[in-house]
Amino acid sequence: MSGPRVFTPAARVGGYERVTGLQQYVADIPLPDVLQAKLVHLDVARARIISIDTRAALAVPGVRLVMTAADLPQPVPRFGPQFNDRPVLAVGETKYHGEPVAAVAAETKDAAEEAARLVKVEYQELPAVFTIAAALAPDAPLVQDPALRANDPLAGTNVLREHRYGWGDVDAAAASADIVIEHSYTFPMVTHFAIEPHAFMAAPDGDGVAVWSSIQHPYLLQKIMARVLGLPLAKVRVFAPDPGGAFGGKQNPKYEPLVAFMALRTGRPVRLVLTLEETFQAVRRTTTEYHVRTGFHADGTIAFQDIRGDYLLGAYADIADRVTGKASYVACGPYLVPAARIVSRAILSHTTPATAFRGFGNPQHNWAVESNLDEGARALRIDRLELRLRNLPRRGEVFIPGDTPADGEWAETVRRAADLIGWGEPLPPGRGRGIAVGMKSGPTTGLSYSTVRLLADGSVVVYAGTSDMGQGARTIFAQIAAEELGAPLERVSVVSGDTAVVPYDQQTSASRSSVLMGNAVLRACREIQAKLRAMAARLYGLDESAIVVDRGVVHLPDRELPIGEVLRPGLGRLGGELIGNGESRKEDEPDHPLGGSAAFFEFNCTAIEAEVDEGTGEIVVVRHATVSDVGKALNPLQVTGQDEGAAIMGLGHTLMEHIILDETGRIRNLGAIDYRIPTSKDLPLEMVSAMVENEDGPGPYGVKGMSEGALLCVAPAVAAAVREATGAVIRDLPLTPERVWRALQERDQERHAEAARAEPAPAEVPS
Amino acid sequence: MTDTLAIELTVNGRRRAVDVAVHHTLLDVLRDDLELTGTKECCVVGECGACTIVVDGRAMNSCLMLAVEVDGAEITTVEGLAAEGRLSRLQEAFLETGAAQCGFCIPGQLMAAQALLATNPRPTIADVHEGLAGCLCRCAGYGQITDAVLAAAGAAER
Amino acid sequence: MRAFAYARPTTIAEAVALLHERGPDARLLAGGTDLVIALRNHEVEPAVVVDLKRIAELAPAIRQDDGRLSISASTVMTDISADGRVRRHFPALVEAADVVGSVQIRNRATLAGNICNGSPAADTAPPLLVYDAAVVVVGPGGTRRVPIDDFIVDSGRVALGRGELVAAIDLPVPARPVGSAFVRLTRRRGTDLASITLACAVDGAGLTRLAYGSVGPRALLFVDASGTLADPGAPDEAKRAILGQMFAAARPSPRSVRASPEYRRAMLPVLGARALSTAIDRLAAAGEGQQAP
Repeated sequence: MSGPRVFTPAARVGGYERVTGLQQYVADIPLPDVLQAKLVHLDVARARIISIDTRAALAVPGVRLVMTAADLPQPVPRFGPQFNDRPVLAVGETKYHGEPVAAVAAETKDAAEEAARLVKVEYQELPAVFTIAAALAPDAPLVQDPALRANDPLAGTNVLREHRYGWGDVDAAAASADIVIEHSYTFPMVTHFAIEPHAFMAAPDGDGVAVWSSIQHPYLLQKIMARVLGLPLAKVRVFAPDPGGAFGGKQNPKYEPLVAFMALRTGRPVRLVLTLEETFQAVRRTTTEYHVRTGFHADGTIAFQDIRGDYLLGAYADIADRVTGKASYVACGPYLVPAARIVSRAILSHTTPATAFRGFGNPQHNWAVESNLDEGARALRIDRLELRLRNLPRRGEVFIPGDTPADGEWAETVRRAADLIGWGEPLPPGRGRGIAVGMKSGPTTGLSYSTVRLLADGSVVVYAGTSDMGQGARTIFAQIAAEELGAPLERVSVVSGDTAVVPYDQQTSASRSSVLMGNAVLRACREIQAKLRAMAARLYGLDESAIVVDRGVVHLPDRELPIGEVLRPGLGRLGGELIGNGESRKEDEPDHPLGGSAAFFEFNCTAIEAEVDEGTGEIVVVRHATVSDVGKALNPLQVTGQDEGAAIMGLGHTLMEHIILDETGRIRNLGAIDYRIPTSKDLPLEMVSAMVENEDGPGPYGVKGMSEGALLCVAPAVAAAVREATGAVIRDLPLTPERVWRALQERDQERHAEAARAEPAPAEVPS
Repeated sequence: MTDTLAIELTVNGRRRAVDVAVHHTLLDVLRDDLELTGTKECCVVGECGACTIVVDGRAMNSCLMLAVEVDGAEITTVEGLAAEGRLSRLQEAFLETGAAQCGFCIPGQLMAAQALLATNPRPTIADVHEGLAGCLCRCAGYGQITDAVLAAAGAAER
Repeated sequence: MRAFAYARPTTIAEAVALLHERGPDARLLAGGTDLVIALRNHEVEPAVVVDLKRIAELAPAIRQDDGRLSISASTVMTDISADGRVRRHFPALVEAADVVGSVQIRNRATLAGNICNGSPAADTAPPLLVYDAAVVVVGPGGTRRVPIDDFIVDSGRVALGRGELVAAIDLPVPARPVGSAFVRLTRRRGTDLASITLACAVDGAGLTRLAYGSVGPRALLFVDASGTLADPGAPDEAKRAILGQMFAAARPSPRSVRASPEYRRAMLPVLGARALSTAIDRLAAAGEGQQAP
């Protein structure tokens, strides 16, 4: 028997295709007779559409269709994962810079591009709101038609929803706190910048429709398409090839409904591949202002947290209200907090629809709350590491009343990170260290099915609907099946990305798949193992209870057999296969504020050593240590890859990423030249990552979900290091050289003013 | 002066003759006319490197080259790295270190690495970072990609 | 991008005739790293694109004769940076060529193209100004040499008449030892467009030439003949005063997404002082017979 297939750095399923150029992303898939589509959008933030003249566009040779809202079913269908607010094409008004008003389908890309430029849109620019303050102003124009949420008391405002959470008596706790730290923090507008721009295709498929999309949630897409097109689910087939990076930006449908209508209208397949600029206009993270008031006792324990978080959404809600609610719910962080009050608001604006983005709203509050904790430690003269350790719950301790207790030895993770950064060791001059913890809830509800087939020769096919967008999902499932059914990894196939063939999976998000789909795969394998037990019992005339099938081995009372030796005779002359189905379900809890408690928590501690060029404000991260509590690493190579990738992505919004809007709300730095993400020359001088594995997760073999944790607390750790190195305090991201330089100037002015105050008044000179 | 031009290039060792529109980039022609979709399209302004190919031994962004400019040139794309179905040492190293996550940037990284190792067989870590600085990756932290290039060069990993 | 006609002349005469005939309807294509982007963005819509890479007289070459290093129009940054003579005599140009973009860009981008594109942030402009380069222009009227300071006119504009093209850029090999350096201000350490570009050169006679760009429509050149800037022993206060006068001409754009005017103005003296210090060190090393970096 060869060694274990899990907990090994097994080669990535799909790796061969990725290094040979054979991997087919949506834009690579050839479809016969396909029409090329191009979007038409305006170079304004918000406008009233007066008229659309398509004649010149239609006259371009090769153009087959120019579609506007008027060509769609009326009223124009609206969709969205939370609210049905997004129209298939802009209706009467474009509400953000880049919202499509029309789409062209033509025989060639050249023709489509030319025609798109010839569509004449007469429009009137309207005032737009694109900051929290502007959106909340009493006379602010409303982003959403109040009629869309008629019974909502907030319908006359740009506040989509308000969330209130809390426990204990904050005001009483405030009275007894020894110090209170209160500050506001902002998190910038950033975009996912997956290297694969979104791509979509649709084609008539008999009496239904087939859709190809870089979508993370194929079954959600199927559901939405079925409703919008008026088709049964069984007549909507979604192909979901591996996305070329997604990070949440490809979770929810965007232009698939539009492309499908175009395909049905022309009777031909239609392909739409976004430009990178259109991708920046399509998806982003929620922007936030967090106001945090933290009370401490003199010993560093937290007395209370009083937190207000405003999340700036885009023109359509997408999933961003859920982001607001789910993230702010855990805004207090992974700490024992006796009293808490959290009020968060999801606020609409005339900007790119914010959506899910790795971390799901948590990096935003983490930036604020961890920075506030740091300041508390300084004020109390308690070591910043020590303060955190004093407030962390132990495993099993409840820290959010009514929710899952702490599910890891979090102090161990923190101490590990502290060790890796050399916390407490002497620092060379001009350097500083920072440490921060981050936590987010895993999925609160969930449903995944998997089917596994053990074929006659012992090879295995696994059906799992998870989207493999780089995190290596298919590899994990192959490893589990290989382990349970005793097959070498090379003899396991994983089928995903086709709703006609693969059973239902709710979605790929919240780092859920190793746990939820992993358990479904595991249970499917267990069902096969049960069938093997029955087979062996029949073959050897034994009672089933005397047989155990485990990890590819059939244990009889007197000997052990590899599965193959039971399978072949068991299948007999007719041959065949053994099929197992597995279901992994986390039911919703209607009384829970989030609809369900967390399946697990992702916990990470990040520690940074940095120095600052006092002349220019440039930050150099000398060492970046990141430790995640993962339960068990099914594939250590993939875990490390995800953690380090998340760490670098965190450095992106910490040091350089921000979408810059002009005074009308248009994006100014649209495209790769002026939206900066880290390159290989922007790395920490040293990166160390580690994982804590206590096998205490709810997934197979004690696995927890991971891949978002290492991004959560990069910003506060870096800012804390900068503060220690220079004394500069910054509460707004990103920490660009210019922003750091300004903070250094302020620091100098502060010191100057302090020194002037400290000087004794000049003595009067007697006349 | 022409609006289309018949050009001939050697792509992955094979002579290919193709009529191209003069305003089409090499990236367009590789993907659409020659059906070599391994080379990817992303930023199309020469910033992301997803379109990187090797021309006459040098790494270049195919999105910034008109196809007609490379009439007569020798082009290598990711599809040309494996000889007769056998992965090159570089490709194997990428697999061993787990360098490919979503994989979309990988063809570009491979071609930039290929060109680097051809002129600098023993690169330092800094050399690798510089050589691949024009290839953006959003999934990974560049660490495993760097390890792969160093491993292929026979150097110790970071 | 809009379709256009494509011409690939094989001689300078052919190219000049074509450019003269078509005037503003024609655009020259060298490395394409600027033009192809402009074509795709519809910033320019030429009727004909003239590829000069088939012109044998302009083939990539760096020739030394007559006390000058002559870099032909189609020579790319990679080769300029690798050339031993350039590295020895013009290290600031090497430093600029190395950061024009990634290796993929440097394998295509030409020095002539970088200058002719006329971006205020062109990395190679300050070094060429400081090294007193001259642009060899050929056209219907023959050949002329234009000092670089006259060749660069404004943002996006150089002194090329109808039918003219750049054949080469010449750099006079310094007769005396010179120490020089190039620095820039960017938003990240990875490839980036610069918010400030700055080069300076000091020689043994105490002459300092300093040029900076990206803070106004074109890069500007200043000369300090007082000897103060070049003097390692001169007080900082005195140097700051002279640098301050040089930087007073900066007009950073208030509309830049890359850096605010305030930050750019504040960084000019910081970068200037650093570049100067490096240049002085390199001059001292050259004086001791060592190779300049």
